[in-house]
Amino acid sequence: MKKIIVIGGGVTGCSIARELVRYDTEVTVLERFNDVSSGTTKANSGIVHAGFDAKPGTLKAKFNMLGNAMFEKLSKELDFPFKRNGAFVLCFDKEDLPRLRELYDRGIKNGVEDMFLLTPEEVWDIEPNITHDIAGALYAKTSGIVSPYEMAIAYAENAAVNGCNFELEKKVVDIQKEGEGWKVICEDGSSYYGDMVINCAGVHADEINNLVCDKKLTIIPRKGEYMLYDKTCSFITSTTIFQMPSKMGKGILVAPTTHGNIITGPTAKDVQDKEDLDTTFEGLNEVYDKARKSVPSLNKKFVITQFSGIRAHCTEDDFVIGESDKKGFYNVAGIESPGLTSAPAIAVYVAEDIADKLDLKKKKGFVAKRKAIPHFAILPDREREKLIKENPLYGKVICRCEVVTEGEIVDAINRPIGAKTVDGVKRRTRAGMGRCQSGFCLERVMEILARELGVDFETIAKNESGKYIVYRKEK
Amino acid sequence: MINKNLVIIGGGPAGLAAAKSAYDSGERDIVILERESVLGGVLNQCIHNGFGLHTFKEELTGPEYASRYIQEVQKRGIEYKLDTTVLNVSDKKIVTAVNEKDGLLKYKAKAVILACGCRERPRGGINVAGSRCAGIFSAGTAQKLINIDGYMPGKEVVILGSGDIGLIMARRMTFEGAKVKAVVELMPYSSGLNRNIVQCIKDFNIPLLFSHTIVDIKGEGRVSSVVIAKVDENLQPIMSTAQEIKCDTILLSIGLLPENELAKSASVQLSPVTGGAIVDENMMTSVDGIFECGNVLHVHDLVDFVSMESEDAGRSAVEYINRKSKPKRDYVEIKCSGGVRYVVPQYLSKSDKLDKLQLKMRVNNVYKDTRLVVLAGDEEIYSKKKQIVTPGEMESVILNKEMIEKAQKSDKLEVMLKGE
Ligand SMILES: Cc1cc2nc3c(=O)[nH]c(=O)nc-3n(C[C@H](O)[C@H](O)[C@H](O)COP(=O)(O)OP(=O)(O)OC[C@H]3O[C@@H](n4cnc5c(N)ncnc54)[C@H](O)[C@@H]3O)c2cc1C
Ligand SMILES: Cc1cc2nc3c(=O)[nH]c(=O)nc-3n(C[C@H](O)[C@H](O)[C@H](O)COP(=O)(O)OP(=O)(O)OC[C@H]3O[C@@H](n4cnc5c(N)ncnc54)[C@H](O)[C@@H]3O)c2cc1C
Repeated sequence: MKKIIVIGGGVTGCSIARELVRYDTEVTVLERFNDVSSGTTKANSGIVHAGFDAKPGTLKAKFNMLGNAMFEKLSKELDFPFKRNGAFVLCFDKEDLPRLRELYDRGIKNGVEDMFLLTPEEVWDIEPNITHDIAGALYAKTSGIVSPYEMAIAYAENAAVNGCNFELEKKVVDIQKEGEGWKVICEDGSSYYGDMVINCAGVHADEINNLVCDKKLTIIPRKGEYMLYDKTCSFITSTTIFQMPSKMGKGILVAPTTHGNIITGPTAKDVQDKEDLDTTFEGLNEVYDKARKSVPSLNKKFVITQFSGIRAHCTEDDFVIGESDKKGFYNVAGIESPGLTSAPAIAVYVAEDIADKLDLKKKKGFVAKRKAIPHFAILPDREREKLIKENPLYGKVICRCEVVTEGEIVDAINRPIGAKTVDGVKRRTRAGMGRCQSGFCLERVMEILARELGVDFETIAKNESGKYIVYRKEK
Repeated sequence: MINKNLVIIGGGPAGLAAAKSAYDSGERDIVILERESVLGGVLNQCIHNGFGLHTFKEELTGPEYASRYIQEVQKRGIEYKLDTTVLNVSDKKIVTAVNEKDGLLKYKAKAVILACGCRERPRGGINVAGSRCAGIFSAGTAQKLINIDGYMPGKEVVILGSGDIGLIMARRMTFEGAKVKAVVELMPYSSGLNRNIVQCIKDFNIPLLFSHTIVDIKGEGRVSSVVIAKVDENLQPIMSTAQEIKCDTILLSIGLLPENELAKSASVQLSPVTGGAIVDENMMTSVDGIFECGNVLHVHDLVDFVSMESEDAGRSAVEYINRKSKPKRDYVEIKCSGGVRYVVPQYLSKSDKLDKLQLKMRVNNVYKDTRLVVLAGDEEIYSKKKQIVTPGEMESVILNKEMIEKAQKSDKLEVMLKGE
C-alpha cells in the first residue's frame, strides 16, 4: 500500500488527510506540537471570505470561491460551527468610492454572487451601530464565519476515525531520498517513510520545502493581533465589518464569532520570529482605535482576551500548490488568508491530484459524518435531561461562564486525537474561554485531565508540553 | 416543577446568613443551591486570620467563620443542595438548576435571593500585552491552588494590582518559600485594606510600586520576565522608565466583578458603577421578589458586613413572601456626589417605617481630613469627620428613625464628602 506523509496538523494538513483517507492508502500526519490546530489555524479571523478580495486568476481566487461554496454541507457533515452572516466593506471617504466599485467589479470577475453597493442609510438599516462617518459600503451576503480550530479538529477526528495516523510532537527536521520515496526524519530521531510527502507546515513550509527542492521558497511571518469582546457585546453587529484598505493601511475588522463574541483585528506587522505570538502595547492600541472607527460604541471595558496569529506570507504572493521540482514531494505552502476558506477545496483538489499521481483507488467503508461533542450550554432542556440520564457527568458544570460540563471535558479528552492540555480542552469545549478566562475552572480542568490521562496533576501543561502550570508544594 | 417559597442561590456567607435569618423570621420552605461540593463560598480558601471581628468579636480564619454559619443552617435543618449549578432565573422566579443526581431541577419560587458572590477580573480585562504563556494566574486561583489543592503556582512572583487578595497572596507565597519580587499598582494608592498593606507587604519588605504597570510579559511556554513602567497622570505608561524583572509567575489582583449573569437572565436592573443590582432598603431588586446580597450586590472587603446585609435580605424576603399585596415602589432615590462613587441601597421607600438604615459606600479617590455628610433635603442629618477615606475601604453610615423620616419627608437623600 502506498504511504503518504502529511507534515503539519493545521487546517490545511488535517483537511487534506481527511480527503486522502477516502482512498486505499496509508496516511500519517506529523505535527510538531502536542495537538492539531496549534499553529495559525488556532488564531485568525475565522472569516469564510466571499471572494471579492483575491486577484482574479490566482489560486487564492479559485480556491476561495470553491471553498466558500462548500461550507454549508461540510459544516453539517463534520458538525462544526459555521454561519453565513454576510459582510460589509466600509468606505469612509467619498473619494474612495471608485475603489469600492473596483472591489465590487473584482468580485463579479471572481464569480461572487449576492453582492451589492449600498448607501450609508441602507447600511445602518442592517447594522445601526456602524459609524455614521461612511460614504457607502460593499455588502457581500455570501461571507460567513467559522470556528477555525473546531473545523480543523473536526477534520482531524474524522480523518483519524477513517484510519489516518496522527503522530504528535513530531517535529520534522530532515527529509532524505529513500528508494522511490522519502525518509522524513523527526527531531526525536524517529523517521517515517512516504511515497508522497505533503508539505503543509504553515509558516515553516519554506524550511520544509528548502530541505528538498531546488526552487527555494521564502515565507515572511506577518503578525496579526486581536482583541476579543464579551458576549454581552454581541448586539454590536451580526454582520462582519471590514474596512476598505486605504492609504492609512489595511483595515481592521469587527465581526461576530460563531459563539457570540465580537472579534476585532488583525494588525499586520512583519516579524523576525515565526513563533512570536506576543501581543504588543502598540498593536493592541491600534486594534482598538481602528475598530472604533467602524463601530464607535466598542468599549475596552468589555474585552476579555487578546491574542495574535502569524500569517505565512509567501514571496510568490499566491498559494503554492502542487508537486514540486522533486517527484513525490508536494507543496501546499504560502497558505495565508483566505487559507481557511479555501481549505476544503484545496483538500479535495490535492487528494484527487495525488490519487491520480499514485494511482489510488477509493476504499470502501469511508465514514463521512462526524459528531461533535454535545454543547450542554446551547442544548434545549429535553436534550440536556437525556444526556444527563445517559451520563450524569453532563449534570456537573465545570466552567461557569460558558456552562461546560464534566461530561463534555471527559469526551474531549477521550476522543480520537483527544485533548492533552488545558488549551486542548479549551478549544474543544470552550471551558475557560468565557469572561473569567479560566479563573474558576483552571484547576478543575487540570484535575479531570490528570485523572483521565492517568498522570500527575503537576504534569498538566497549558499548551506546550513540559511547560508546567503548577509545582508540587515542598513540605 | 417544585414549588418553593424561598430559593437562595449561593451557599457562601451571604446565602448562609440570608437563610438563617429567613428561617428565624418564620419561613420554613427554603432551599440553598450551591455549585461547589461544600458550603462556605470563597471563605474556604481564605485560611488567613481576620474574619469576624465585628460579628463574633474575635479573629477567625475564613473556614472557621464559614463553619459557624454552616452550623446555624444545619441546626435549623434548612435544606441545601450541593454540586448544583443554577443555570437560569426568569423574571417569573422560575429557577433552573442542574446536578448529577437530579438532572435538571426547576423551582417555582415566591422569592429568590441571589447570593452568587463575585469573580476576578482576568488579564484580558486590562489589555496587558505580551506572551500568553503559562504562569499567569488571577490571585484567587493561585490562592485556591495553594490552600485547597496543595500546589505552588510558581517560585518567583510579580503581582499586578494591590487588591486584598493580591496582598494576602504576597504573604502566602512568601510563607510557602516563593520570592515575591514586587507588587505593582497602577493607581497612586492601594485598592486593598490598610491592615493588609502593613501585615502582608511592609512586614515582609516586599516592594510595593504605586503608579506602575506591566507593559510586557515575556516567556516561551512559561513566563520568564515582566517589563514594568511608571505611568503618567493619565495612567499611560512612560516607556523610558521601563525595567525588566525576572520571574516565572504573575498574579493578577486587578479587581472583583459581581457575578450577575443570573440577575441579567431575570431582567434585573444593574448599576453600571457597582456591577450589582440596584436595590431598595430591603435589598429588593427591580424585579418584585428577587433580592441580592453579599458580593454579588457590591464587592465587600469584610465578611461581617456581608453577613449583616444578607440577614436583612433574608428577613425582607420573608416579609415579601407573606405580603398580601404587591409592594408599592414609591421611592426616595439615594444619591451620591462629591467623591462618593456609589451608595447601596440606591432607593428608600417613602412609606415604610424603619428604625434604622445602613448606607454602604465607596469613595473614588484618597481623601484626607474630610467629612462624610448625609443630606435630607438641604439639611445635614449626619456628619462625621474622617482623617482619611480610601477606595479600598468601604464606608458605612447608620441612619436612625428620625433621620429616615426626614429623608422620606423631604424626598431627597444624598451622601457626599465635604472637604474642610
Ligand atoms: C491574522 C490572520 C487572519 C486570518 N484570517 C483569515 C480569515 O479570516 N479567513 C481565512 O480564510 N483565512 C484567514 N487566515 C489564514 C488562515 O488562518 C490560514 O491560511 C490557515 O489557518 C493556514 O492553515 P495551515 O494548516 O496551512 O497552517 P497552520 O495552521 O500554521 O498549520 C501548520 C502546522 O504545521 C506544523 N509544523 C510546522 N513545522 C513543522 C515541522 N517541522 N514538523 C512538523 N510540523 C510542523 C505547525 O506546528 C502547524 O500546526 C488568517 C491568518 C492570519 C494569520
Ligand atoms: C481572597 C479573599 C480574601 C478576603 N479576606 C477577608 C478578610 O480577611 N476578612 C474579611 O472579613 N473578609 C475578607 N474577604 C471578604 C469576604 O470573605 C467576602 O466578601 C465574602 O466571602 C463574600 O460572600 P458572598 O457569599 O457574597 O460570596 P461568596 O463567598 O463568593 O459565595 C458565593 C457562593 O455562591 C455560589 N454560586 C454562585 N453562582 C452560583 C450558581 N449559579 N449556582 C449555584 N451556586 C452559585 C458560589 O459557588 C459561592 O459558593 C475576603 C475575600 C476574598 C475573596
